[in-house]
Amino acid sequence: MIEATGLSKRYGATVAVDNLSFSVPSGQVTGFLGPNGAGKSTTMRLILGLDAPTSGSVTVSGRAYRSYRRPLFEVGALLEAKAFNGGRSAYNHLLSLALSNGIGRARVDKVLEVVGLKAVAGKLAGGFSLGMSQRLGIAAALLGDPPVLMFDEPVNGLDPDGVLWIRNLLKSLAAEGRTVFLSSHLMTEMSLTADRLIIIGRGHLIAQTTVDDFLSEGAGSFVRVRSPQADSLAALLKAQNAVVARQGDDTLSITGATPDAIGEVARANGFALQELSTHQATLEERYMELTKDSVDFRTTGNALVPGRS
Amino acid sequence: MSTTTAPRASYSPLSRFTDIVRSEFCKFRTVRSTRWAILAGVGFNIIAAVLLGIFLPRALGTHDQATIDSTRLSLGGTHISQVAFGLLGVLVITSEYGSGMIRATLSAVPQRRSMLAAKAMVLTVAALVIGLVSTFVAYFAFQLFLPSGSLMRTSLSDPGVLRAVAGAGLYLGVIALFGFGLGAILRFSAGAVAVLLGLLFVPPLILSLLPQSWQNTVGGYFPLEAGFSMISVQHVPNTLQPWAGFGVLCLYALVAVWAGFFLINHRDA
Repeated sequence: MIEATGLSKRYGATVAVDNLSFSVPSGQVTGFLGPNGAGKSTTMRLILGLDAPTSGSVTVSGRAYRSYRRPLFEVGALLEAKAFNGGRSAYNHLLSLALSNGIGRARVDKVLEVVGLKAVAGKLAGGFSLGMSQRLGIAAALLGDPPVLMFDEPVNGLDPDGVLWIRNLLKSLAAEGRTVFLSSHLMTEMSLTADRLIIIGRGHLIAQTTVDDFLSEGAGSFVRVRSPQADSLAALLKAQNAVVARQGDDTLSITGATPDAIGEVARANGFALQELSTHQATLEERYMELTKDSVDFRTTGNALVPGRS
Repeated sequence: MSTTTAPRASYSPLSRFTDIVRSEFCKFRTVRSTRWAILAGVGFNIIAAVLLGIFLPRALGTHDQATIDSTRLSLGGTHISQVAFGLLGVLVITSEYGSGMIRATLSAVPQRRSMLAAKAMVLTVAALVIGLVSTFVAYFAFQLFLPSGSLMRTSLSDPGVLRAVAGAGLYLGVIALFGFGLGAILRFSAGAVAVLLGLLFVPPLILSLLPQSWQNTVGGYFPLEAGFSMISVQHVPNTLQPWAGFGVLCLYALVAVWAGFFLINHRDA
């Protein structure tokens, strides 16, 4: 369980995180979404006590991270893939971190095996590809077998095999009852991996919800109905507080009523239905809809496309 | 929460610190830059001593050979090896900031000052041992290559000789710690190395432009001059007494390290 209360971080005049409150429950994969520069990495650094908040607080399993004497047993984190000295072997990198928390060599061997780096354990980490570096970072996060795991953009730059591996690893970690907190800007990846979402933009909390609720709540989700009696159907549905928009002579798009309810109204009144379909927004559409005002580095139209000044 | 995590034993602060020291020692001995810095440091000391032992007797007249501070000369390699020791001290801390490793380190050890203390301890002990071994080997190598019956020959039992040879080793250890302190303050290799070399080598150049009376009063207090008073058997005029000079050098190092300790809890990693 990670809990942030009124968390803010200012770097000079720049507000990176602004009064952020959220909680990351255990036993689930919680996705942390936001455009570049939204404050995701800053928030993760605040959770780990690497940066001090300007105001507010954040706890991991009820305590501030910096109060833990052997934090690798509490939280495993992957912040940057290449956060190691390239002149040290993978094994010695992990061993030096393990020793600081009283973790032995057997566990180092074990995590190297889990992430599939056993064969290259003695090689200098500086020669590792991005994918191998990510695996090494994940091995470090698993050293203390912690109940809370945190990954910043773990699938960045990975090939499809690597992406699949991480996806399955995260799911199995959550299935073991662990808290998994994962940041990404890859929507498809999130919709496949995460159960819950925390969405931020420009340091503000935009939404904190489950993936299912998030998708069905948006303006992009509606029920489409085609019927010769569209006018009468629209009137009846409006009376039941549904929002009805016309999409042509005989087509309606309806929000605020389930397909079941609409079908029942049509049946009770003897209306013919030529189409009754649910349109679900993709995570990407919902995300764009919510964050359109909070993107830091938006391009302005097609200024660079010839012929369209 | 997790079903697979064993209940956590409470740890005494001492065994906690021992763990951090073991971790820092593991880092120290497993990185390539350490080996290179040690090789360079030891190599300069010994090679310089051998060359000086061979060529100095041919270059100096009998009177010079009899009166010169030959012990200090035999330790002339420290002029160069101190750069390697200083660099070693700088890199122990700045390489973590440069690579991003510091964030992994501080995630594993949020008690930042304990981490810094463990690092400083490992570095200082290692640099002192390596420094002392290399200066004693250098001293004996110099004696070995002197022609038999040379007037420049000295013995460790002669007054001040043991202190000078050990002093050179101590000097190198403290220079490493000085570099470490500067690295902890500046957090990037190039800056810390530049400041260290600047503090060691620039003051004598500036000093030579100042009036003689200034040179005589403040000249002995700069890091290199203060530290080298330990390495001299014959006292050089207008420099500090050996242990006083060494104390001044230690003070420079401790101020830098103290600043690093102060800053690490007040900065974002």
